[in-house]
Amino acid sequence: MEMKILVCVKQVPDTTEIRIDPKTNTLIRSGVPSIVNPFDKNALEAALQLKDQYGAEVTVLSMGPAQAADALRECYAMGADHMVLVSDRAFGGADTLATSYTLAAAIRSLGEFDIIFCGKQAIDGDTAQVGPELAEHLGLAQVTYVAGIEKKEEFLIIKKEQEDCYEKIQVKMPVLLTAVKSLNEPRYPNIMKKMKANRMEVPTLTAKDLPDLLPERLGLKGSPTKVKRTFVPSVRKTGLMILGGDANGKVSELLDKLAEAKITL
Amino acid sequence: MRESKNVWVLIEIVRGKLKNVSLELLGQGRKMADALGEKLVAVIPGSGIREFAQVAISCGADQVLVVDQPELKDYSTDGYAKVVCTLIEKYRPSVMLIGATNNGRDLGPRISCRMKTGLTADCTELEVDEETRLVKWTRPAFGGNLMATILCPDTKPQIGTVRPGVFKRPAADPDREGEILSEHVDLKEDEIRTRILEVLAGEGDQGVNLEEAEIIVAGGRGVGGKENFRILRELADVLGAQIGASRAAVDSEWIPALHQVGQTGKTVGPRIYIACGISGAIQHLAGMSSSDVIIAVNQDPEAPIFQVADYGIVGDLFEIIPELTKRLREKKAG
Repeated sequence: MEMKILVCVKQVPDTTEIRIDPKTNTLIRSGVPSIVNPFDKNALEAALQLKDQYGAEVTVLSMGPAQAADALRECYAMGADHMVLVSDRAFGGADTLATSYTLAAAIRSLGEFDIIFCGKQAIDGDTAQVGPELAEHLGLAQVTYVAGIEKKEEFLIIKKEQEDCYEKIQVKMPVLLTAVKSLNEPRYPNIMKKMKANRMEVPTLTAKDLPDLLPERLGLKGSPTKVKRTFVPSVRKTGLMILGGDANGKVSELLDKLAEAKITL
Repeated sequence: MRESKNVWVLIEIVRGKLKNVSLELLGQGRKMADALGEKLVAVIPGSGIREFAQVAISCGADQVLVVDQPELKDYSTDGYAKVVCTLIEKYRPSVMLIGATNNGRDLGPRISCRMKTGLTADCTELEVDEETRLVKWTRPAFGGNLMATILCPDTKPQIGTVRPGVFKRPAADPDREGEILSEHVDLKEDEIRTRILEVLAGEGDQGVNLEEAEIIVAGGRGVGGKENFRILRELADVLGAQIGASRAAVDSEWIPALHQVGQTGKTVGPRIYIACGISGAIQHLAGMSSSDVIIAVNQDPEAPIFQVADYGIVGDLFEIIPELTKRLREKKAG
C-alpha cells in the first residue's frame, strides 16, 4: 500500500529581512516578505523524495491566517498532492501547546499517516516544540534533527544530528520526524503547478470542523505560556578597531591589547 | 492538589559524559532555589551514572534523584519522557531546567505536553520574581532580532530549556553534602520505540563540539575555499580551539554542517570567538554574540561583524591569521 505522508509547514516572515527601527527600537515588519519556513521545505523535500522513490501521497498542512494558503500553494507547486489549511479566529494567539493541540485534532480528522514531517523549528519563534508536542498528542514515536532517511520496509533508519556526531536510529513507522537543513536541498516550485495552485481553493478546517476540540485549550486562552514583554536586545558595542600597519604590527597591537585586558589566548 | 515546590535540573549524560550545560544549570538553579526558599534537585536518568550524583551535589544540588536502569543507557524520547514525567507526578516540582541540547530540545516538549504545562525554549536569561514566585524566562526570537520574556503563571512545573554556554559553571565544592535517592520507573521493551544502532563521527571531524568549546576559530566566505581552512586549523591547534563556520562556508561545502554557527546552525558561547572572513549577518550573530570576547578579522571595515567585535582587525586574514599563529606558537614555545 502506498505510504501516506503529512508535512506540517508554517508561513513565517523572512527574518533575514527584518530590521530594527533605530528611532523606536522596534522590529520593522512592514514590507517583510512571508516565506515557507526554510526547515519545513527540507521536510517537504524529504517527503517528496520518498514519494519519488517508493510512491506516496503527500499532504501539506498549515495553521495560520487565510494568507497562509499561499505557503501551501507553494508546497503544492513543489509536488505535494493535497493542501489543508487550519484557520479560525479561535486558534489565534496560540503558544506551541495550543498550536500542537489544534494541529493534532486536524491531523486526526484527516486520517492516519505513516510519516509526519516537520521542520526542526520555525525561524520566527525558533522553539522547536511543535513537532515533539504533536507527536505527544498523537502518541507517536519521534526522531528530531533528522539529517538522513533510509527506508527498510516498515522501518526507517534515521541519521540524527547531534552536537558532536550523528546517531543512526532505527524506528518503525508511524513516526514523526523533524528535518534539519543538511537533510537535502529543497527543489524549486514548478511554474505550471504554481499557476494551477493559484487557481485552486485551499480546503480549510475551522473550529466547527473539529468538534472534539475543547475551547479552553485553544488559542491564547489555551496557552500556558504568556509573553510578558518583548524588547530589542542590547547590542554589543563596537570595540577596539585595528586599522593601520602591516600584519605584524596589527597582530602585535592585538596581543598587547589582549594582554592589557588580561585576556589569554 | 499538593503544592508544587523545588527547582529541578535535568542532568544530561551522553555515553558516559556529563554535558557541561547540566552544571551551568545547577549554578543557575541554585540561585533560583535560594530566591524561592526551595530545594535544588538534580534528576539523573541513565545507566551506570551513580558517580554523577556526587558531582551534582558538589555543584549545588540539595537532593539527587538517580534513575539508574539499563534501559536508559542510550537517550530515547520514549524512555526518558516516561521517567521524568513519572517523577514529576510523584514529587511535583515548581520549576524544571533542561539544557537546550538536541536531546534536551527533543525531550522538553514531550514532557511539557504530557504535563499540560508551559515550556520556554532556549532561554538565555532566568530570573525569579520573588513576589509572584514565577520564573521570568527570557529568550531570543526572530533570529535574535527580538528578546521575549515569558511567564508560565497557571501551570506547574514551569519548564525551560536553557542554552548551553550562556551561564558559567559553578565552582565545585567536594565537601558539600546532599541526599541521594534511588528511583525506579518500569519500562517495558516495547515502550521505547527508537533504537540507536550506531554512532557516526561527524564526517571525518571527530569530536566537533562547538557548544562546549572554550575558544572557537570560525571562518566565513572570506576564507575562500576548502583548502584555506587549513590556516584556521593551524591557529585552532595552537589554541586548543574548535573550528566554526558561517552558513556561507558550509553552503559552499568547504566544511561540514556540524561546524555551522548561527540561526540555522549552532548557538555558541565560548570564552573567545575569532571570526575570520565572516561578514556578520544577523543570523550568524544570533549564534555567537553571547561569546565573552569576540575578535574579528575582515578586509571590509564596514562588515557588520565589527559592530559586535571587541577587537576588530581590518586586514587580510591570509596575512593576519598565520602571523597570529606564528606569534602564539613562539610564545608557547618559550
